[in-house]
Amino acid sequence: MINIENITEEKVLSVLETIVDPEVPVLSIIDLGIVRKIEIYDAVTKPASAGVRVFITPTYTGCPAMDVINMNIRMALLENGFTNIEIKTVLSPAWTTDWMTEAGKQKLKAYGIAPPNIKQQVCMVDAFHEEEAIQCPHCNSYNTVLISRFGSTACKALYKCNDCKEPFDYFKCH
Amino acid sequence: MTLIPNYKFLIPYILHLADNTLILAQRNSEWCGHGPVLEQDIAITNISLDLLGQARNFYQYAAELVNQSTNQPINPATEDTLACLRDTRDFKNCLLAEQENGDWGQTILRQFLFSNYQYLLYEKLKENTDQQLAAIAAKALKEVTYHLKWSTEWVIRLGDGTEESHQRMLHAIGELWPYVDELFINAEYEIALLNDSIGVDVASLQPPWNKKTEEVFSEAKLEVPQNVFGQKGGKQGVHTEKLGYILAELQFMQRAYPNSVW
Repeated sequence: MINIENITEEKVLSVLETIVDPEVPVLSIIDLGIVRKIEIYDAVTKPASAGVRVFITPTYTGCPAMDVINMNIRMALLENGFTNIEIKTVLSPAWTTDWMTEAGKQKLKAYGIAPPNIKQQVCMVDAFHEEEAIQCPHCNSYNTVLISRFGSTACKALYKCNDCKEPFDYFKCH
Repeated sequence: MTLIPNYKFLIPYILHLADNTLILAQRNSEWCGHGPVLEQDIAITNISLDLLGQARNFYQYAAELVNQSTNQPINPATEDTLACLRDTRDFKNCLLAEQENGDWGQTILRQFLFSNYQYLLYEKLKENTDQQLAAIAAKALKEVTYHLKWSTEWVIRLGDGTEESHQRMLHAIGELWPYVDELFINAEYEIALLNDSIGVDVASLQPPWNKKTEEVFSEAKLEVPQNVFGQKGGKQGVHTEKLGYILAELQFMQRAYPNSVW
């Protein structure tokens, strides 16, 4: 159990690191970069009413995983002895794939999902605009082709590798 | 000094933004399991999900203001009550959003016409003095960029495709064009808010919208119709008969089982 006076942000963070994205279960919510701030209040001054506030930001506005993530944060913190828990959603600044950690990108690739390219390749409105090559997570070839801009979830696009012939998901830039 | 929001106009304006996205999301979701090919079925439902997410953000914000303005009522407004317990005359979506899916070409064209408008709208709204509207728009703009690109490519493929697909696009233009003008006519709540620099003057979006549409249509071998009589009224709650059918399906659960939750 947690002794309320000894709560630190690191302790909260270590609990949050165990929570994964339900759609991409190799990524923690820290890897994804959706935890924006952790606030601990009244820990020393009023231990009886002390608590923790976690600020998260949605990846996509319609992402159905957000409600599940919200609940999982609450459950994990409760299990670890935290009692007063507030989870707040902040929209601004808007989440971007740039906030995904390097470790997260490596985990994605190992899982068979091509990690997002760096920011310069964010979607342009121009039709049939040439997009930068996406590396196949299986054979590392750049000889790949877009099948559909919308994949199995809102955050992914569907690609195919012309060399190893495997289809794969690409976590698209956002 | 804290600024008291102009509830009288701000609430209907946010509901207008929310209703646009909810109704179009509902329409697009009707394709679920019926798309012409699997990948495009997934694409149109993904777009539907993005729009539904935007609707939730707008409804949550509207609910907050409704409750503030009525001094925390016994039955507070929520995103669910606003979406599921208002009737047709209370909905403020543009008529374009509620038009029937028709064939794939008509759905694509409706999405292109709307995404083109929404892209320009959010680009301005994200700089707005209303911080919450600006935040929602900034986030949604990234998603709308994908919608606009996707629907643009499909308008070109179908317009400049086979004789059959070209004919169907011509038919879709005929069906949907009467609902284009309304997008660019400011409602009374928009005009009132513009005095406080809140919201976007939609009339100013028409020239860039026309330019983009002409570019895409010329590539798609389609022509922008001229002098089409424009229908209006949706933003004031006067809808085509189609909205009632949409709401009957959308609101069924809350009406049949009041207060049910996920």
